[in-house]
Amino acid sequence: MKRRFSRRYLEEKFFQALMGLSLLLVTGSLAGILLTVVIKGAPALTLDMITKTPQGGYYLGKEGGILNAIVGSLYLAGGGTILALIVSIPTVLGLNVYARGTRWADLVRLSLDLMWGTPSIVYGAFGFTLMLALGLKASLLAGIIVLGLLELPIMARAVDELIRMIPEELEESSFALGANRFETALFVILRQILPGLATAILLAFGRGIGDAASVLFTAGYTDRIPDSLMAPAASLPLAVFFQLNTPFPEVQQRAYAAALILTVIVLLTSLGSRWLAGRLGRYTIR
Amino acid sequence: METHISIRNLNAHYQDQQALKNISLDIPKNQITVIIGPSGCGKTTLLKSMNRFLDLVSGTQISGDVLIDDESIYAPSVDVTEVRKKVGLLLQRPFPLPMSIYDNVAYGLRIHSMHTRGHSLDTAVQHYLEMAGLWDEVKDRLHAPAARLSVGQQQRLCLARGLAVEPEILLGDEPTSALDPLSALNIEKRLMALKEQYTIVLVTHILRQAKRLADYAVFMYLGEMVEHGPAQQVLENPQQERTRAYLEGEF
Ligand SMILES: Nc1ncnc2c1ncn2[C@@H]1O[C@H](COP(=O)(O)OP(=O)(O)OP(=O)(O)O)[C@@H](O)[C@H]1O
Ligand SMILES: [Mg+2]
Repeated sequence: MKRRFSRRYLEEKFFQALMGLSLLLVTGSLAGILLTVVIKGAPALTLDMITKTPQGGYYLGKEGGILNAIVGSLYLAGGGTILALIVSIPTVLGLNVYARGTRWADLVRLSLDLMWGTPSIVYGAFGFTLMLALGLKASLLAGIIVLGLLELPIMARAVDELIRMIPEELEESSFALGANRFETALFVILRQILPGLATAILLAFGRGIGDAASVLFTAGYTDRIPDSLMAPAASLPLAVFFQLNTPFPEVQQRAYAAALILTVIVLLTSLGSRWLAGRLGRYTIR
Repeated sequence: METHISIRNLNAHYQDQQALKNISLDIPKNQITVIIGPSGCGKTTLLKSMNRFLDLVSGTQISGDVLIDDESIYAPSVDVTEVRKKVGLLLQRPFPLPMSIYDNVAYGLRIHSMHTRGHSLDTAVQHYLEMAGLWDEVKDRLHAPAARLSVGQQQRLCLARGLAVEPEILLGDEPTSALDPLSALNIEKRLMALKEQYTIVLVTHILRQAKRLADYAVFMYLGEMVEHGPAQQVLENPQQERTRAYLEGEF
């Protein structure tokens, strides 16, 4: 009975150690990032930061806050997410209900995967070209469109995987009652994936709100809160970028505060979507 | 004996394989017809030819015809959803819809706009849950998720939801095989009661269940219909050698 040193025992121990290491790596990196942001950003995080637009002093403001970037980012990412949702739901339902197994469906999936891998600066450049062609200036609308495109593959592929996991019998159950494809897609398939959809929306929103390169040329940057779709809009990632780039320590500190605010927003949406997914998941058939 | 479903020279092919070979069969109205036969002989295929479910499998080819009340369900002018409304189907494993118990039953009523015809939705839901023998168990939690019911209860919910669209025919593909013995008996009891008003066609692997339920029996083998007739005759005193061999457990 030399169990302690058998090959299988060592294998087990090895993979246990590997698992522990990966856990440490993931949580450690997260903790490192959070700590940096909190330690450097917290001192500058006054109430003014989240309630006022930039005022006085240096370029980008020394007083006041970054409400322009907070609101701008929420508008941009929120708009982009809604746009991506509006486009991806019909696309994906179509892929799985009407075009199942066709070459057309394969082509759409491939395109989405390629879009997913495209760097966001390319989206920005593409959006910029498009704006020039349409005679559009850097604006909230242009930013929303580009973020919508950036988020589309994430949302669409996530929802696609959700739908592909649905057991065939669930659709058949609906067909057996005399429902057509449209009713089945809308009332059964969509209902079944609703909790997963909440997660997909978060993923897309998270990528949208955190992206700087795509909104750089398209939404521009401004000290004001956008009052129309045609007005330029500031955003948190750009607020971080520009402020970190200044030579003034006070302004640099505000960059970390902006990063902290961005992190908190992502954290809150993450928790919110988990809660929502839990509630909606009560009806899911497994 | 009045015929409700008439199958005429029906052939069905999946991509490269013939699953049904020239089946002609009259299924009697308001009786329970049981289809038996070894695995892979085409029972499910035959059943699915009666509610146009073979349409859902790509690459199937069907020739011949199925008539319900003397009308072809494969005629080009026929609306598939109307066929499926008229012919309910119970699957082997119950799949409730991802919604509440109440909404499961109301689903069909809503999509066919049936509740607008003067009946209140609540009354209808209660009625069909009672018919399926589930009402007493769920009346206090109608809005709870259907997924929380036991498998036996789920199958009765599927029955209630199927009855709600007012079909004339009920198909069952081994509808009790995923259930515990008591739940299975419960479903059997429901089906016995329902045959007064519905024509029922069941596929089963359980010979004793076939004997308990069947008025009419069909024996299939390798895509062919070997024997059909009154249950007494087919199950107790088969005329064909292959039927006898199957009943004696030789396959
Ligand atoms: N979707 C399909 N594609 C290709 N062949 C199929 C398909 N479904 C069934 N078949 C084939 O058709 C034949 C009949 O299948 P069917 O499901 O009707 O048999 P069954 O009598 O219901 O069997 P079981 O008792 O195991 O459920 C089988 O040989 C099966 O392999
Ligand atoms: Mg079968």
